[in-house]
Amino acid sequence: MAARAAFDADLAKRLIDRKRSLPGAALPILRDLQDHFGYIDDAAIALMAEALNISKAEALGVVSFYHDFRRAPVDGKRLKLCRAESCQSMGCEELVAHLETRHGIKADEARPGAALHVETVYCLGNCALSPAALFEGEPMGRLDRSALDGLVERATGRTQ
Amino acid sequence: MSLRVFIPADSSAVSVGADAVARAIAAEARTRGADVAIVRTGSRGLFWLEPLLEVETSDGRMGYGPVAFEDVPPLFETGFLEGRPHSKGLGRIDAIPYLARQQRLVFARCGVTDPLSLDDYRRHGGLKGLARALEIGPGAVLEEVIASGLRGRGGAGFPTGIKWRTAAAARADQKYVVCNADEGDSGTFADRMLMEGDPFLLIEGMAIAGVAVGAATGYVYTRSEYPHAFDVFSRAIERARAGGLLGTKLLGSNHAFDLEARLGAGAYICGEETSLLDSLEGKRGQVRAKPPLPAISGLFGKPTVINNVLSFASTPWILEHGAKAYAEYGMGRSRGTQPFQLAGNVRFGGLIELSFGATIRELVQDFGGGTRTGRPIRAVQVGGPLGAYFPESLIDTPLDYEAMLAAKGMLGHGGLVVFDDTVDMARQARFAFEFCAKESCGKCTPCRIGAIRGAETVDKVVAGRERQKSVQALRDLCEVMTDGSLCALGGLTPLPVLSALDHFSEDFMKPRTRAAAE
Repeated sequence: MAARAAFDADLAKRLIDRKRSLPGAALPILRDLQDHFGYIDDAAIALMAEALNISKAEALGVVSFYHDFRRAPVDGKRLKLCRAESCQSMGCEELVAHLETRHGIKADEARPGAALHVETVYCLGNCALSPAALFEGEPMGRLDRSALDGLVERATGRTQ
Repeated sequence: MSLRVFIPADSSAVSVGADAVARAIAAEARTRGADVAIVRTGSRGLFWLEPLLEVETSDGRMGYGPVAFEDVPPLFETGFLEGRPHSKGLGRIDAIPYLARQQRLVFARCGVTDPLSLDDYRRHGGLKGLARALEIGPGAVLEEVIASGLRGRGGAGFPTGIKWRTAAAARADQKYVVCNADEGDSGTFADRMLMEGDPFLLIEGMAIAGVAVGAATGYVYTRSEYPHAFDVFSRAIERARAGGLLGTKLLGSNHAFDLEARLGAGAYICGEETSLLDSLEGKRGQVRAKPPLPAISGLFGKPTVINNVLSFASTPWILEHGAKAYAEYGMGRSRGTQPFQLAGNVRFGGLIELSFGATIRELVQDFGGGTRTGRPIRAVQVGGPLGAYFPESLIDTPLDYEAMLAAKGMLGHGGLVVFDDTVDMARQARFAFEFCAKESCGKCTPCRIGAIRGAETVDKVVAGRERQKSVQALRDLCEVMTDGSLCALGGLTPLPVLSALDHFSEDFMKPRTRAAAE
């Protein structure tokens, strides 16, 4: 996963310009912005609205609709943990509880300075090997407590 | 000539260490001076065996799995490169009953070929469907697809050929072919496997649709939860362009067709076709009222064929072998094959492509081997989060569109999720509402408000507060959502809820501790 840069209006403008002429450009632009900065800055929403000739309200409406788009940066490595039915059948909720009791990490809670950010997702298409997750984009299957402990360690840098 | 060793690069296989195994094999081969060529394939869909190695021998491809990277030196030691027996040895891969008993039309190449080699695709029978489509022309292609009986594999089961004919008949300066690859249902992964394991098949199917309806532009809309599928598919598009499978002269003909892959942003509702179209247009992914049908006024208001990955991927076979050959598979009004996906708490989970009409039992018992935990099966959810939970007593229900409806369920995208006897069905019913509330686009009231009220009402039932009245309120609410919602999200959320209530009512009546009821 690309290192995230601090927000920079000039760079945001360049990213927007690169895709503004695509039909239905909003999602491709927002994806690029989030990939670069890790979130969608308010200033970028205004820049995109101007480039696409839509109102700021409309642009904000698009950003707020999709679960992926964040309006503030989040610290930590990303663990997207599946909590849909197939992973439920293999105990993903116990893993969520384990993260909280053992490591003090609450799903979907952004904490400043956190080493690991756990995000709930519904289905990663790895349902024959549930419970599943994506750790910094890397697929994980048949997760259990000890595998999770290993990921927490990797995130905190205590081991490689 | 170097010996060919096949290792899946499918993201499920990678999730249990396929990359590490591939690296270990390359390193070990170097150390031993063995001339080995590693081919990264898609997955065969036998996921309990992943990472599943195959080696090409004079007796065919021999399988070994599940292989951990520490197994690699012993495998070389026992001579796996010559296909010799080993404790992880599986013998000839195509003789494994799980595979041999399937009818793989769509998934024939997945796990066999290099997904990004157009030559490999051609060598294994690819492009024949498109070649025939170009030869017989749009009208005859429509006839074939209609006669095949192919129905939409995304879940709605609408006849694909009728949809195509409607778009073909619409007059417009621009038409589109859109692939719904927003496979959000838990327990389904066939679209992902295909995009990672045989992407040219989807491209070929979409090109056939383009020829049939007179569209030169296509979009594939994939979920952001599928970064690997998106990546492989995007590379496949580039190679398809370079190889003449896409571009201004399709396979040298006068038909033009090109594709763009787009990524969603984590909204389940965008798997609903009109919501997907709005999302592609750069808007909030809200559901549109129908009519107008997308085939008449779809993407950017133009006639649009929008189909699921598996629907498009079925058409090359139909064109190559003919509608009649395809329609010989299946039962009743469900013709052809369905790639079923077996998931959850099951020993042998995977991709099982069979004719329609196989029963739930055949899949979860005969193929699946029961639960992974070894406990009794209590429920099987068929068709994703909007599908019904089937109890043991209904496990002989055949998997076809009509039989599923008759059993108050739906086939959906063909996913089956198995639960053992530790499942709390009241909790599953509540989750169905929670999920609907989270993922509702908010356009219609029964879905937006109903889902929240539904979760609260389940809580009341479970807590025993005016239980009779609350159960009645729950059923009334389900009726309103079924009849009054704009799309399948609100309209089908009652299926898992009512099936839980009807077949597992004891779970709603259990005395609970205060904490559990909260």
